[in-house]
Amino acid sequence: MKYLTEFRNPELVHGLLEEIRRTITQPWVIMEICGGQTHAIMRNGLDQLLPSEIELVHGPGCPVCVTPIEQIDKAQAIASRPEVIFTSYGDMMRVPGSDRDLFSVRAAGGDVRVVYSPLDAVKIAQENPERQVVFFAIGFETTAPANVMSVLQAKTLGLQNYSVLVSHVRVPPAMHAILSSPGNRVQGFLAAGHVCTVMGYWEYAPIAQKYHVPIVVTGFEPLDILQGLLMTVHQLEEKRAEVENAYPRLVTFEGNRSAQNIINQVFLECDRKWRGIGSIPASGWCLRPEYADYDAEIRFSVAEMKSTESPICIAGQILQGLCKPIDCPAFGSQCTPEHPLGATMVSSEGACAAYYTYSRRLS
Amino acid sequence: MSDQPLPVMQGPVCPLSLAHQTQIVIGHGSGGTMSHDLITRIFLPAFDNPTLRANDDAGVVQPNQVTRLAISTDSHVVWPIFFPGGDIGRLAICGTVNDVAMSGATPLYLTAGFILEEGLEMVVLNKVVASMQLAAAEAGVHIIAGDTKVVQKGKADGLYINTSGVGIIRDGVNISGAEARPGDMVILSGPIGNHGMAVLAARGELGFQADIQSDVAPLNHLVAAMLDAGQVHVLRDPTRGGLATSLNEIARQSQVCITIQENSVQVQPTVNAACEMLGFDPLYIANEGKLIAIIPPGDVKAIIEAMHATRYGEEAVVIGEVQQAPQGRVLMKTNFGSTRIVDMLAGEILPRIC
Repeated sequence: MKYLTEFRNPELVHGLLEEIRRTITQPWVIMEICGGQTHAIMRNGLDQLLPSEIELVHGPGCPVCVTPIEQIDKAQAIASRPEVIFTSYGDMMRVPGSDRDLFSVRAAGGDVRVVYSPLDAVKIAQENPERQVVFFAIGFETTAPANVMSVLQAKTLGLQNYSVLVSHVRVPPAMHAILSSPGNRVQGFLAAGHVCTVMGYWEYAPIAQKYHVPIVVTGFEPLDILQGLLMTVHQLEEKRAEVENAYPRLVTFEGNRSAQNIINQVFLECDRKWRGIGSIPASGWCLRPEYADYDAEIRFSVAEMKSTESPICIAGQILQGLCKPIDCPAFGSQCTPEHPLGATMVSSEGACAAYYTYSRRLS
Repeated sequence: MSDQPLPVMQGPVCPLSLAHQTQIVIGHGSGGTMSHDLITRIFLPAFDNPTLRANDDAGVVQPNQVTRLAISTDSHVVWPIFFPGGDIGRLAICGTVNDVAMSGATPLYLTAGFILEEGLEMVVLNKVVASMQLAAAEAGVHIIAGDTKVVQKGKADGLYINTSGVGIIRDGVNISGAEARPGDMVILSGPIGNHGMAVLAARGELGFQADIQSDVAPLNHLVAAMLDAGQVHVLRDPTRGGLATSLNEIARQSQVCITIQENSVQVQPTVNAACEMLGFDPLYIANEGKLIAIIPPGDVKAIIEAMHATRYGEEAVVIGEVQQAPQGRVLMKTNFGSTRIVDMLAGEILPRIC
């Protein structure tokens, strides 16, 4: 608890805001990569308190939002099979595939269970040797260690009935994609603190150099976010483009080497489609061939499934920082958390959901 | 890594909307907007009458010139059957007693319907029934009729209990979600989120131990003390959907804006820590022994004092006030001086909890 109250201290928050106001002399567009940061900003109304020179745009760091529709459809196809217990992080339950979500699959008789950790899924596999247990292994670098650990644990236990449907993505390739996009407006980044807890921040220096953008590793509490913004503004005003760490209580330059080692032991870099954005080279992880026995796509023959999305919402532009949720004509009318048109409205980390939940009638 | 080719940008793409209008899904029971949608589309058109349309926790009817009755019903399907601070039996009594009390009525009589699954241990049923009797005695109500059905193994989860209750509304009391007026103050009877998090922790699925007790309690004596002390416009117990959803219901029914102060809403440290770990907002977590009261400003002092003198109102505080506009909205002043919307719970964010 100590860590919560300290980093939400109103006096210190106003002190940092004042320092940002003193430092800034011109408009800057800064992207927070992570959906968790977007929500912290909106929930605490930090955007209302910042000087008008700072325009925050919201990045693609919401794992639920960017999981491609094919993977959702594959998940539903597997989850509908009578021999399968399909396990998933809670947030994935409501994400629409081509024509339904996992809640609908469950209502139609599928055995779909929310778990808090993939290791719980392994436990379910141990307890149900006659059933096939599948875990929907999605996420960024943050969830990767636990997801690969479940595979390693299943292997150690000799489980024949456990597999994972992998849809992993990585932050640095997405930053390349955003910065090299012709319409890019982003001039500085708050890098995602939890991703860097695992990966460190050694991967970011080439990006800062190549595109001349400051990148500041940033946490999730109000003080963390403002400290990250202050450091980014300092760099922008001083025309520096370096990688700095505003989250040293958790993040080191090297990151968690043991976590990185097990990720590399089980996963391999691969091209990955991002929902709403498109295919980004080497932006994902998939299982190494030696772990193919644990690949649910192979086990249930869904690897070739193809799906198409219909063009209605602007989630793609929002995830790239080109538009804001309020720019969308459907926002808050046809598209709400109960009737989401896009994944950004579904996830508790999605930018549209954050806007809808905390500020839609205020601005 | 730094020399990757340009990605292929597809342009705007998006999936189709999912309205969940063809099949019941778990979110329809969340107490949030999906539940409201179900009521509006299915139940209200079929059963339509002025009492039902009032949309309060209990239906208020006047069978003759002198008596106004409040009637309510509630089904309980909580799992596990026993959890820290309570069990399905205590919940079944308190849930209905509180729904009746929230119309300002004195609850008097309850009925109880049991749906039992084949194979249920008799000792479990005994324990639940004893707990019901204790809770009924505490509330001062009598269970005067009942029903039992047994279903085949696998067709239910242990036992489900439905209770209905009736109470008499005292003269001069007119309490409804539609009675909030600009200038009124909002009182919350204590810290929030205990019941939902206690049940979740009791399922043993959180991966950590949390010493959280459910707050399940009968609130009728607290309500009586409040009505003795002053005028009350609105009462509501923020159960499923939590404080945020109940405040939104009131704001919509009364066509007012309710603004609350972030730092005045109390959450126990253990509840807060569990919520933080799971990414839940305590504003949306169920309570079973708390109430929200909306009262004229002149009566605040007397009512708060009366609440503090009762067992379940000791920690009552003013958390906000009622304003004219924006109508139908709940806003929160954050600890940093900014303002944000507090919305209704949309669909299911948690496993079923009551």
